[in-house]
Amino acid sequence: MSVIIIKSPREIELMRRACRVVAETLDFVGELIKPGVTTGALDKAVGEFILGRDCGVAFKGLYGFPANSCISINEQVVHGIPGPRKLVPGDIVSIDIGARYKNYYGDGARTYPVGEASEEDRKLIRVCEEALERGISVIRPGRPLSDVSAEIQKHVESNGFSVVRKYVGHGIGSDFHEEPQIPNFVETGRERGVILQAGMVLAIEPMVNAGGHDVKKLDDSWTVVTADGKKSAHFEHTVLVTADGAEVLTRPA
Amino acid sequence: MAKEEAIRVEAVVKEALPNAMFKVVLENGHEVLAHVSGRMRMNFIRILPGDKVTIDMSPYDLTRGRIVWLQK
Repeated sequence: MSVIIIKSPREIELMRRACRVVAETLDFVGELIKPGVTTGALDKAVGEFILGRDCGVAFKGLYGFPANSCISINEQVVHGIPGPRKLVPGDIVSIDIGARYKNYYGDGARTYPVGEASEEDRKLIRVCEEALERGISVIRPGRPLSDVSAEIQKHVESNGFSVVRKYVGHGIGSDFHEEPQIPNFVETGRERGVILQAGMVLAIEPMVNAGGHDVKKLDDSWTVVTADGKKSAHFEHTVLVTADGAEVLTRPA
Repeated sequence: MAKEEAIRVEAVVKEALPNAMFKVVLENGHEVLAHVSGRMRMNFIRILPGDKVTIDMSPYDLTRGRIVWLQK
């Protein structure tokens, strides 16, 4: 239950392939985002793209999730279910996808502005992406995982935003959610003691709210929204801990 | 896809069982079978009936838990 699996070189190769497809899919779907497109149409395109790359769609059926991707607009934080909602200028849209290659997973997410985003929304998106990159930049074997969480939290809060606490990143491999849990914040007595080791693969995913960190789940039992209705951004990479740092497996080519 | 953080709750140890398992009682009166997390075993922390502990539970099986923290 609480064992962190160190991946073999063979497993890492399979995950590298799945993660490359995740990056390509996010590049591809990013081009499709424009006013008037429905989230359902984006989801269909995601599914076709992943299947066309010899991979399986990881999300469909995962814990019963009904679609290929999680598409979360504005105050929706994560796990939005794609549907007839049309994108309008000024929306920000987070797309989270997973691919499976020979039973190994890759996971990634990005937030995109639709049309012209406001100054504040652009800042929210930028800070979320920067927080992810800063978190990744402190990864070294032998360092505690909580250093990554602290780095993310510090960057987000120093910019006046907050990190979601109810949802966390996770180890990833032949199971989609593996140990350890990767919070984007630190709190005494929690998740201490996990020391990074070469061969761990981690899905690191800051969820950054413009307002407070509180979230709630809608009646569809999936969609997570901010409690105060303010916007939220989400970036995620699948990252391999290497002998001297980190390799981002879902980095676009 | 983000993971919902494991449910973390306070409990009181009722009975020590073999194999480092414990029967613990949650604040709402539910009895849960809990084992000790590997990390706590490494530090050789002795848990006795009456101790207050923090346990992790999975949303999928609410009859079992894992003791992750012993409150002094």
